Amino acid sequence: MSSRDLILGRVRRALADVRRDDTPYEQAVPRGYLREHGELAPAETVELLAENLADYRALVHRADADGLAEMIAGLLHAHGSKTVLVPPGLREEWLSATDLARVPDRGESTAHELDRVDSVVTACALAIAETGTIVLDGSPDQGRRRITLVPDHHICVVRVPDQVVSSVPQALELLDPTRPLTWISGPSATSDIELDRVEGVHGPRTLEVVLVTGGDGQG
Amino acid sequence: MSGTFVGMPAFPKAAHEAVHNTTLRGNLRHATHTIRAKRATAVAEVSDWAELREAGKQIKDHTLRHLDRYLEQLEESVTAAGGTVHWAADADEANRIVTYLVKATGESEVVKVKSMATQEIGLNEALEAEGIHAYETDLAELIVQLGKDRPSHILVPAIHRNRGEIRDIFTREMSEWGRPAPEGLTDTPAELAEAARLHLREKFLRAKVGVSGANFMVAETGTLVVVESEGNGRMCLTLPETLISVVGIEKIVPTWQDLEVFLQTLPRSSTAERMNPYTSTWTGTTDEDGPQNFHLVLIDNGRTDTLADEVGRQALRCIRCSACLNVCPVYERAGGHAYGSVYPGPIGAILSPQLRGTGSEIDSSLPYASSLCGACYEVCPVAIDIPEVLVHLRERVAQGGPVTENGNKVVLKPAKGHGAERAAMRAARWAFSRPGALRTGQRLASRSRRFHPRTLPGPGKAWSASRDLPALPPEPFRDWWQRTNGGKDTGK
Ligand code: SF4
Repeated sequence: MSSRDLILGRVRRALADVRRDDTPYEQAVPRGYLREHGELAPAETVELLAENLADYRALVHRADADGLAEMIAGLLHAHGSKTVLVPPGLREEWLSATDLARVPDRGESTAHELDRVDSVVTACALAIAETGTIVLDGSPDQGRRRITLVPDHHICVVRVPDQVVSSVPQALELLDPTRPLTWISGPSATSDIELDRVEGVHGPRTLEVVLVTGGDGQG
Repeated sequence: MSGTFVGMPAFPKAAHEAVHNTTLRGNLRHATHTIRAKRATAVAEVSDWAELREAGKQIKDHTLRHLDRYLEQLEESVTAAGGTVHWAADADEANRIVTYLVKATGESEVVKVKSMATQEIGLNEALEAEGIHAYETDLAELIVQLGKDRPSHILVPAIHRNRGEIRDIFTREMSEWGRPAPEGLTDTPAELAEAARLHLREKFLRAKVGVSGANFMVAETGTLVVVESEGNGRMCLTLPETLISVVGIEKIVPTWQDLEVFLQTLPRSSTAERMNPYTSTWTGTTDEDGPQNFHLVLIDNGRTDTLADEVGRQALRCIRCSACLNVCPVYERAGGHAYGSVYPGPIGAILSPQLRGTGSEIDSSLPYASSLCGACYEVCPVAIDIPEVLVHLRERVAQGGPVTENGNKVVLKPAKGHGAERAAMRAARWAFSRPGALRTGQRLASRSRRFHPRTLPGPGKAWSASRDLPALPPEPFRDWWQRTNGGKDTGK
């Protein structure tokens, strides 16, 4: 007998006592919990996002669509970066104010190549206010998962308020499980040494989130 | 479940040794009290905690009650998404499968995300025996691995080590395994973390094979989920060409939507954060993004035996948040090592004897490694009634009865010559003789009454054997303990 059949057989025998009272999934789970905690106006939701991002040591900036390119250029400069990783679908104009050397996100580039890049700039799929989380889903303006992992400095642009949801349940409703997702809440951190929180072990040590308003909504 | 840690003494003895190690106790106390306080704040932030907890409990119970169906659905959806599913009945089989898969890539090293399932089956040792080096990449696991040590906590496995000890381990051992620790390394957490970053980065960048566990698997979509903080998980899940995930069959949830419950309760219960820094989800393979070969190894290793026990099966709801460890007065003093398994604390005390059976001295003593104060149940985000299962297992050890072993129903004899009861006595004596080790024993009495109306299990059995339990609140166990001089004056 294969181990598959062995295990499934054991499961069935183990459940001999419960097979008759069969409540279907839809009725088995009480979902009395909230879809969001408190009903906030869109502007308040954005404020909450900013607060929670900052609480987990992300650096939060605000810009309007017209000032975004300047903002990004300034952040890259302030970080002392020489090179910037660029996902294939990132909007051209976001990097129009910087003359840093651009490194494209290519399938064949090695992890060692990525390790030599100073910064990465991406968009996001959405952001969750209650938890201070940005979610990337690998769309062309966000690139492969590894480009926001190996470089030490990540700048992420969130269109507010339209890319912001309040809660985890609302986020899951909008996300596509067939895509690989990366949820990011603040920079990499560890508390393994006497529970002292230290930012940046393996992921980017600096996470900068730019909340951008206005523009044509094409983000 | 593979054997206990080699040469592991039974809980009372191990705990006895641990409480005399003042460094260990100090480190543990600091850690558990810190996390405990933070967790309470994080939980208080969400007004619907009780509802989330109930939903989490029901989702897991429903899944367990239809586990065969959800396993088949998961297999189908993972396969459809480009993954390959393997089934392992026990630890040896799981190790053989993973070893085979690694060898098939031609590689002789793998990077690992912290995973209790792979610790449970002793994967690192099995790989090492075949000439494959497995590198732990979680900072705490690295500390444990370099220190040739064992993890002592689910969430923070090196919680028993302080910064000075960690500095010494890094300085001494890192060069053996790869990039040495920087010259003049101090013991500040930031410098230690930096040393680990440099040491491990060289391994991440060249790794071709990653090995992980998973916090959740979604039957409907075939999605796996890993939550973590450091980014080492993301490294292992995305940089290698081949990813092998070793996951217990109980980690399934039916639908994508179900994650909305656990992604709220797990971080808050575990690290006391609104959300852990990184959560990764992946569904099979994705073109040009992440590993192009994905293998899921589903392990039983005692889980179906646990499932067969109507009282004990609730232990399979566990999402490994570790909240129960941090509130347990016994864990706080004894430390994780005393439990002799990868699952320490209250959950370990009920899970290990079920996964492994109660045949060994350590496993038969584990159900007694508790004061039954009930704090573990109160904090558990999936409402596992740990005291209920403890009492149930005590009865099994002391009185025998029907159990399932390797899929077969057998009848367990009462522990020979009351050896287990003696072990229980020693465990209880240890707990009760320490001022403050036991907050309250009332829960034992009332719980015992609920489940065993006529006799008390374990240490209380001799006492209750000659008495009917009173209808009024019974004598608190602690009082009984003191009155009978630790159970010695029961006329036995
Ligand atoms: S038993 Fe409950 S509290 Fe303990 S680790 Fe598991 S889920 Fe967390």
